[in-house]
Amino acid sequence: MTNSNTDIRSSAEKRSRVSFGIALVVAGLAIYLLFGTSTQPGAMTTFGLNLLGSQAAVVPDLVVPALPAIYLLAAISVFTGAYQLARGIRSTGWLVGILTFTFVTAFLMWGAQDKSFNLTGMLQSSLVRATPIALAALCGVISERTAVINIGIEGIMLMSAQAAVVAATVTGNLYVGLIAAILLGGWVAAFHAFLVIRFKVDQTVSSVAINIFGTGATSFISSRFMQAAGDKLNNSGTFPIIAIPGLSKIPVLGPVLFENNLIVYLTILLVVVMHILLYYTPWGLRTRAVGEHPKAADTLGVNVYLTRYVNVILGGMIAGIGGAYFTIGSVGRFDEIMTAGKGFIGLAAMIFGNWNPIGAYTSSLIFGFADSLQVKLQILRVPIPSEFLLMAPYILTMIILTGVVGRAIPPAADGQPYEK
Amino acid sequence: MTNVLELQGITKRFPGVLANDRISIALREGKILALLGENGAGKSTLMNILYGLYKPDEGKIFIRGREVNIEGPNDAIGQGIGMVHQHFMLVPVMTVTENVMLGIEPVKNGVFLDREKVSRRIKEISDQYGLEVDPQAYIKDLPVGIQQRVEIIKVLYRSADILILDEPTAVLTPQEVEGLFKIIETLIKSGKSIIFITHKLKEVLAVADDITVLRLGTVVGSIKPEEATSETLATMMVGRDVSLVVEKSPAKPAGAVLEVKDLYVRDDRQHMTVQGVSFNVKKGEVLGVAGVQGNGQTELVYALTGLLPIEKGTIQLLDEPIHHTTPRNILERGVAHIPEDRQRHGLILSFPIHDNMMLCTYYKKPFAKGISLQPQPIFSNAEELVKQYDVRTPNIYVNAGTLSGGNQQKVIVAREFSRPIELLIASQPTRGLDVGSIEYIHKQIIKKRDEGAGVLVVSSELDEILALSDRIAVMYKGRIMAIIDANKSSKEQLGLLMAGVHPAESSQN
Repeated sequence: MTNSNTDIRSSAEKRSRVSFGIALVVAGLAIYLLFGTSTQPGAMTTFGLNLLGSQAAVVPDLVVPALPAIYLLAAISVFTGAYQLARGIRSTGWLVGILTFTFVTAFLMWGAQDKSFNLTGMLQSSLVRATPIALAALCGVISERTAVINIGIEGIMLMSAQAAVVAATVTGNLYVGLIAAILLGGWVAAFHAFLVIRFKVDQTVSSVAINIFGTGATSFISSRFMQAAGDKLNNSGTFPIIAIPGLSKIPVLGPVLFENNLIVYLTILLVVVMHILLYYTPWGLRTRAVGEHPKAADTLGVNVYLTRYVNVILGGMIAGIGGAYFTIGSVGRFDEIMTAGKGFIGLAAMIFGNWNPIGAYTSSLIFGFADSLQVKLQILRVPIPSEFLLMAPYILTMIILTGVVGRAIPPAADGQPYEK
Repeated sequence: MTNVLELQGITKRFPGVLANDRISIALREGKILALLGENGAGKSTLMNILYGLYKPDEGKIFIRGREVNIEGPNDAIGQGIGMVHQHFMLVPVMTVTENVMLGIEPVKNGVFLDREKVSRRIKEISDQYGLEVDPQAYIKDLPVGIQQRVEIIKVLYRSADILILDEPTAVLTPQEVEGLFKIIETLIKSGKSIIFITHKLKEVLAVADDITVLRLGTVVGSIKPEEATSETLATMMVGRDVSLVVEKSPAKPAGAVLEVKDLYVRDDRQHMTVQGVSFNVKKGEVLGVAGVQGNGQTELVYALTGLLPIEKGTIQLLDEPIHHTTPRNILERGVAHIPEDRQRHGLILSFPIHDNMMLCTYYKKPFAKGISLQPQPIFSNAEELVKQYDVRTPNIYVNAGTLSGGNQQKVIVAREFSRPIELLIASQPTRGLDVGSIEYIHKQIIKKRDEGAGVLVVSSELDEILALSDRIAVMYKGRIMAIIDANKSSKEQLGLLMAGVHPAESSQN
């Protein structure tokens, strides 16, 4: 009996092993067929490693012969796949990593052949583009850890974006704009919390209402007031780039990590702080307990409702920072529906990151990378219609949601109102 | 001897229900007070009031002679009251340490959780009371018996000296129950006082110093265990004489109705919870499936009734395979199913009784004609069944959700028995029912057996298994440990099997 049991268990493992192996072999062949056959022999791909106007030490660009590199990447993928089929590699993370790395790099080699492609610039823009996604994801993490679903992040960010630019333009002070965005985010989230905790309104309905209201209200205000008086209301300027002395001089890494504006730094700081709070402090322990088993927390004297209010409101404030990023953190003006679904992508990042801050940030970086890749490729005039490229981040969201969501485990009480 | 705790005239009303009606109880220092009563007698409400989860409408609480006001669990904990809940209040994805410290977390450096300090304290408590547990283990990896220890440690960590144990034996094997009784003994020796809530008569007689019986929200009386017997207690609990033994004639088994061979089933989370089970059920006999909850019984029943796909093996009903067919097809072949969770799977609570009475035959004549339902046959069918099965209800038009547990179960039994059946699968058929309803359901099951149907009873109550079964199969971790003749089995032997030990092995060791 024991034997047949292990047989069945190992057969599931075997299936997953074989499918990963086949995926890698197919990816290797695809690299060869798609990119290898259409790359000119002798073409060189140049990866730029310096940013214009950066303080970092100048390093020579990386020049790679495209065709041999593509062949090499194809070979790595096929070889890894074959090894996986024959022996099996334990770590799923490594397999996914190798698969993505070989395919994306080969794609870049092919796309940028005989041209120059600024790698540092792209990494830097990935980090920047990941920032609003990460802030939305952190908002999701902090509220869903207490089991309150908030899919109204998109709407909160949109309203905060507008509040930030108006407050900053009127007062002439960007920090006032940031604070206005945080406060507004907190208020809207407090409203959501009040509806779903006090009146047990369905959490999805309440947050969809926030999204619809956010879109409508900001568009109305924008077209009614801001367009006519653009200079008085909608021209704030942006947070300056702060280069961290010393660290920003490191080649490649310097400009990517240490030449950013306040909001990007603030996001990284929030990720670290939230991780520590969640796993090493009483507040975090209570937060997680309330999300997993509110009744247990209640019987030990933890105030379930209060914990939920506090976390949802804090989440709203973080989403507020995310909103501020769109206006005073990047372009200095408000455009209608400028968040463009980043709040929803943030929720995907939260799920992909398994409801923990560091995971959520890492997956935000992947989405940021897809987003910035798409922009670069349009500039490079890759022979793929730009409509398809624009879809890239959203397709990635869908693949991740369908492929990974089954495995991610949400807080056990997620989305359920608490009745004493 | 002083009373460490006294409740006087506690009254609690819920909309339409008087849950506690002027209840007074007293707990003597260093003693065990058993609070006996059926489900719905008001025991849990009373304890939730004491623990601050509900506010009483009237009444006073005295601790060591001083009147106290308990506004919430924090006040109760502050007064030295600790509660071990029937459904454990533990977060499965957290460690023992984290669960114990939750709510009163010690910190180091001003902000950070001091897990080491708590672990050390847990070790001390473990040693002092013989509650062995690994502080670093995750709750979800621990067996129920150990989880209960964690609950007790949680209470002791908050230095409670009045412990409320709410139905503590409901989820334990007989051996674990004995372990719990030893722990209770140690606790009493170190000066704790205990309120022991239960509806099991034998346990009360075994451990209690005082017994208070509740019925329908009032105190029926208090009695000393020396003066009480199971029968007197049952009568107090139910309010009339009940027979505690199921009367049945010896079985006359004939050919096999159900034949299961080498069955493997996965649960929703893809765990293989049934692993190579083989057995048969014969016409005119009751096969009882014993085992601690969560050892694959639920999935076994789901597989037999077509609610879960099987991974491997065969299921044959009257020599025809049924493992790749639909639940409806299985029902039509003559299988009746009394599901484990009657409120979620047995009834549609928001439907009236008359619709619940024809849930598995609604598409057939006379209930349906073409695409339309026929109200008259539906109503008369329900009227008849309500009368025949003695369902206590104002009429057949009220929602099933308004009935008591016992009457809900009668509706299910009436529906399932109203069509010709070859095999009856009854899963936890009397869970949460009062003694009177249990008696009734048991009689009905035996009646079906005597009419020649095969019966499979799954229950985690050993007494129920012993009362009903002709043969007993014991499940442990998805396997059948043994199938034994009910006449030749003992509670001890079954208990060991339920814990995964073959009695022969244990005697050798």
